[in-house]
Amino acid sequence: MSTTQAGEGRNIPPLSLHVPEPRYRPGDIVSFAEDPTLAEAGAVRRPAPDAAPDTMRDLPYTLVRVLDPEGRAVGPWDPRLSPDRVRAMLRKMMLTRAYDERMYRAQRAGKTSFYMKCTGEEAVSIAAAEALDRGDMCFPSYRQQGLLIARDWSLVDMMCQVYSNRGDRLKGRQLPIMYSVKEAGFFSISGNLTTQYPQAVGWAMASAAKGDTRIAAAWCGEGSTAEGDFHSALTFASVYRAPVILNVVNNQWAISSFQGFAGGEATTFAARALGYGVAGLRVDGNDALAVYAATEWAAERARGNHGPTLIEMFTYRAEGHSTSDDPSAYRAADEAKCFPLGDPVERLKAHLILLGEWDEARHAAQAEEVAVQVRDAQREAEKLGVLSGGDFKQDFQTMFEDVFEEMPWNLAEQRDQMNAERKAAGI
Amino acid sequence: MAVMNMIQAINSAMDVAMERDPDVIVFGEDVGYFGGVFRATAGLQKKFGKNRAFDTPISENGIVGVAVGMAAYGLRPVPEIQFADYIYPGLDQLVSEAARLRYRSAGEFTAPITVRSPFGGGIFGGQTHSQSPEAIFAHVAGLKTVIPSNPYDAKGLLIAAIEDNDPVIFFEPKRIYNGPFDGHYDRPVQPWSRHPASEVPEGHYTVPLGKAAVVRGGEAVTILAYGTMVHVVMGVVAEQGIDAEVVDLRTIVPVDIATIEASVKKTGRCLIVHEATRTGGFGAELSALVTERCFHHLESPVERVTGWDTPYPHSLEWAYFPGPVRVGEALKRILED
Repeated sequence: MSTTQAGEGRNIPPLSLHVPEPRYRPGDIVSFAEDPTLAEAGAVRRPAPDAAPDTMRDLPYTLVRVLDPEGRAVGPWDPRLSPDRVRAMLRKMMLTRAYDERMYRAQRAGKTSFYMKCTGEEAVSIAAAEALDRGDMCFPSYRQQGLLIARDWSLVDMMCQVYSNRGDRLKGRQLPIMYSVKEAGFFSISGNLTTQYPQAVGWAMASAAKGDTRIAAAWCGEGSTAEGDFHSALTFASVYRAPVILNVVNNQWAISSFQGFAGGEATTFAARALGYGVAGLRVDGNDALAVYAATEWAAERARGNHGPTLIEMFTYRAEGHSTSDDPSAYRAADEAKCFPLGDPVERLKAHLILLGEWDEARHAAQAEEVAVQVRDAQREAEKLGVLSGGDFKQDFQTMFEDVFEEMPWNLAEQRDQMNAERKAAGI
Repeated sequence: MAVMNMIQAINSAMDVAMERDPDVIVFGEDVGYFGGVFRATAGLQKKFGKNRAFDTPISENGIVGVAVGMAAYGLRPVPEIQFADYIYPGLDQLVSEAARLRYRSAGEFTAPITVRSPFGGGIFGGQTHSQSPEAIFAHVAGLKTVIPSNPYDAKGLLIAAIEDNDPVIFFEPKRIYNGPFDGHYDRPVQPWSRHPASEVPEGHYTVPLGKAAVVRGGEAVTILAYGTMVHVVMGVVAEQGIDAEVVDLRTIVPVDIATIEASVKKTGRCLIVHEATRTGGFGAELSALVTERCFHHLESPVERVTGWDTPYPHSLEWAYFPGPVRVGEALKRILED
């Protein structure tokens, strides 16, 4: 084995390490140049949902879009939804945004410890949920609160979880926003990234093994695709042709790391599907009709036993990662405004107005209406206490429950010890 | 009744569980068609079909991850990890997901999975075919950890584990798959057929989780052990004619504290024996429990005979393995104190 040092006996330059760098940093003027991967609306073909993956190798490198710059729905992916369904989708996206605004302010007001908004990504969860059946199981990450709202889950119930109050179905055990709602087909959220990916595949495998007709869908961010579980999930999904939709929400940022640190400089995230022999789509995540159409296509594929689909939802994380994050420390301030795919709510609104099915006055009235709905829900939820209020009076003994189905001796002893110590200390 | 070795008993447990509950599903590397590298799943695919017993990609995090998802759907998965030494890639799914699913969802979702894995040394398995990682799992709230020491218990405990609604790590001491091993590596191995615990019912029965077995009653000293070490300890006690009470823990989480406490309070002395490395090993927890709860009854310090704090070596195996010499010397110290 030779151990040649740089330059030693050979006239070659030294190696250099490539460390990716985002295009813009704080203080930079943002000007998104034409991105060749951002196809025009209507330009991408729509294969049959049972097409073999090797006949669709072009799709991960382009972008499925339905809404054109004026708001027209064009091309083969237009899902041709009734105006009522589109209006319902718009309302749920507006409700999700209003909910986020309210909970963000509740955290800033000190009523809870933590919150994460999904601003700019509402279509990714709302439109996808609209295209799935209610019996299909969703395995979300922490930024798909829209799935619960799309499935008409109680805002009060969600807020109680955020406040960890007496109404919290998770009994104060989980960090705010780590919802779990089995009834709404919304799997328990974990703080550990991408663990839900193989779990969704396993759920889908179980459904297939039992001869069921339900399918599973999972979401992770583009940053989390770097986790090993992403690879396992794709491998298992491919091997067993699991009826699952694996969504990668590429919002360009994993906290402070731009998507280049997940490997996005060299390729698209949808293209990861190709190496696994899985169908891959790359979709305009701010185009609710495109998200709906792609999800509907993948669901039909899964339900027909034609296997899994990986969908890259191309979008932008318009705000900070969480209430603990300040994006002005690592990215240009107006990047969200300059993002070429715009805002999902504004684009769907423009579409409906163009159709003559919506107008500014109705939009303003609906914005007011969802704000009132959220405010009323907040009042209800706060009657059951808020985290910092000191009045949430949970039964601390429940801390020891549900570790196991039956409480073992050591936990019973520890519970009794806690009670005795608190009593002795006069608490 | 039939005479079975440990592998046959484990195979029979899965056969019985799959027969009784259509939601029991078995999978892992080489588990399906081939029937497992140790033959534990032989015949299951043929009998129950590929939907219920199948091979998987070589991906431990994938195996455990899909098991958690299957459990969330409503199945009762029994995944196999080929060697306990290879369970680490699946650790995040076990520790962060399976163990906490019931707690974090307040009981909405559960993970009734049983992860089977051959473990322990004494087979010249070297560094990655000999480890005993039970203490890693004992430290995780929400996981049960079970280690049988004979065919009868292996079948009864495995059926109980599969039927249990909590995630169970089921470690099978591969050194005693074919016969009990007393640590005398220079003597021929006895088959299970000469041991009474090889009499195994062919149908359904369970051995309760969380219950130890007093495999030998005695007055002079309590010996706490599990897996292969039960047989090593029994061999030493018989050879030296020591009136020891030998407790086979069988389940280490939740451990049977009542049996341990009663025994040590009776004998006043305690030796803990395990193959795993000493520092942070499960013996440390046992020693602490005994000291906390039996302090005024103790007549000598609690001792531990364990693997050394080194990776498991190959050619140096019999100096590493806590065999009869080391157990015998420790017993002498304890009894002379």
